[in-house]
Amino acid sequence: MDIIPPPAGAIVPRHRFSTMLWHWVNAVAIFILLGSGLGISNAHPRLYWGMFGANFDHAWANLPDMPAWITIPTTYDLAMSRRWHLFFALVLAFGLLAFMVASLLNRHFQRDLRIATREVAPPHIWADAKAHLAFRFRDPNRPGTYNILQKIAYAMVIFVLLPMMIFSGLTLGPGMDAAWPWLLDVFGGRQSARSIHFICAMLIGGFVVLHLVLVILAGAVNEVRSMITGKWRVPGEDEA
Amino acid sequence: MISRRTMIGGGAGLLLTGCDQVVQIPAARKILFSGERLNLATQRLLQVRAGGRAALAPEFTAADISPIFRGNGTQNPDTADYDALLANNFADYRLQVGGLVRTPLSLSLSQIMAMPARTQITRHDCVEGWSAIGKWHGPLLGTVLKAANIRPGARYVVCTCADMGGTYYDSVDLIDAFHPQSILAWGMNDQPLSVVHGAPIRLRVERQLGYKQSKYIMRIDVVDSLAGIGGGKGGYWEDNVDYEWYAGI
Repeated sequence: MDIIPPPAGAIVPRHRFSTMLWHWVNAVAIFILLGSGLGISNAHPRLYWGMFGANFDHAWANLPDMPAWITIPTTYDLAMSRRWHLFFALVLAFGLLAFMVASLLNRHFQRDLRIATREVAPPHIWADAKAHLAFRFRDPNRPGTYNILQKIAYAMVIFVLLPMMIFSGLTLGPGMDAAWPWLLDVFGGRQSARSIHFICAMLIGGFVVLHLVLVILAGAVNEVRSMITGKWRVPGEDEA
Repeated sequence: MISRRTMIGGGAGLLLTGCDQVVQIPAARKILFSGERLNLATQRLLQVRAGGRAALAPEFTAADISPIFRGNGTQNPDTADYDALLANNFADYRLQVGGLVRTPLSLSLSQIMAMPARTQITRHDCVEGWSAIGKWHGPLLGTVLKAANIRPGARYVVCTCADMGGTYYDSVDLIDAFHPQSILAWGMNDQPLSVVHGAPIRLRVERQLGYKQSKYIMRIDVVDSLAGIGGGKGGYWEDNVDYEWYAGI
């Protein structure tokens, strides 16, 4: 934590190499996983709760037919959608594991994502939300640190949503259910896991959209460059 | 470099089409398809229980059985040979067991039904995403293979079926063939197997997806290689639409 804030215009180190590498690998993996997942959804666009569910059983959701332009591949091809999905699922899962280990070792988690008690006090969260709505995304005294809404969002994605995606996805595999039968207990059955898998995918899709919007609002060039080079320029007071 | 702005503003469609192009490149396709081998290796590693016992697919109770178990794929082979067998209630049916075996077998349905059987209530997972729970009954595939006395060098078991004009086939390796839940089911939900579900016998390989559970089995061949059989990829769906040969996930 900097005592003296770096002056506006200063170039400061921002992201660890492991963070940058993981970020871009994920950008590709999540793009492909969402696209191929929507292709897989077209094979049976009905969602159920419980241990079984097929035509004639009660479905809690009938998903719309996903248009070709958002699916991978762009023609209906369940086998190829699955090939894309299951390959990049490995990239996502082992990437997350490697990032978690690296971020514990290089103290990225402890340094940047640790949430202090005072930060989760309702007045603090409220003040931060108001600042966001006014497009003020950083504390001028500590411009390089994450604010509480950012910390909560990143922590949710890293520690809740992505693990939920991975484990609910594993539950869909009959081979994995034999290896790790506890998966079925955690999610309440294969069809519940499938529903949760879809809901979490939509939440991650929502996160990606919000993330892109905020990157643009916070200064796309500076933010994207910092995620490529690790170096970030401290914005002036008049900048977002 | 495609900026994020371009990606949101319409570049996404371009990238998706790019994925279609990428898989046309043989090397890229090979990398993409290698996911299957990684998944197989990982699952086999995780499926070994303490003491080397194979992990079983979850089994359920009678209360969990699906009220309706839909049929899928071929609902009736509709060939003259099959119709004749069906007309006679499979009295003339013979399951041929051959290939790399010392004792080729020709088993009647009553002989198969007289063999020691296993009953299991398991979940059928379709590759499309739906699941149904049913009760299956029949001898272990392993029992039949032991009776046929397979030769050294055997690696796979190929089932050839009555549907698709008698050309439908699929295969599993010996680990799955000798798995304690791999059965040649002739009974389902306490009834003889219906035509929709693969009468007179079908394979249950409970740790894999539905398309590996061959219906209407007429022949079982033990082989050392899948090359030269059908399209060489180990099964009808594998040959024709790029489905994984290993379907555990």
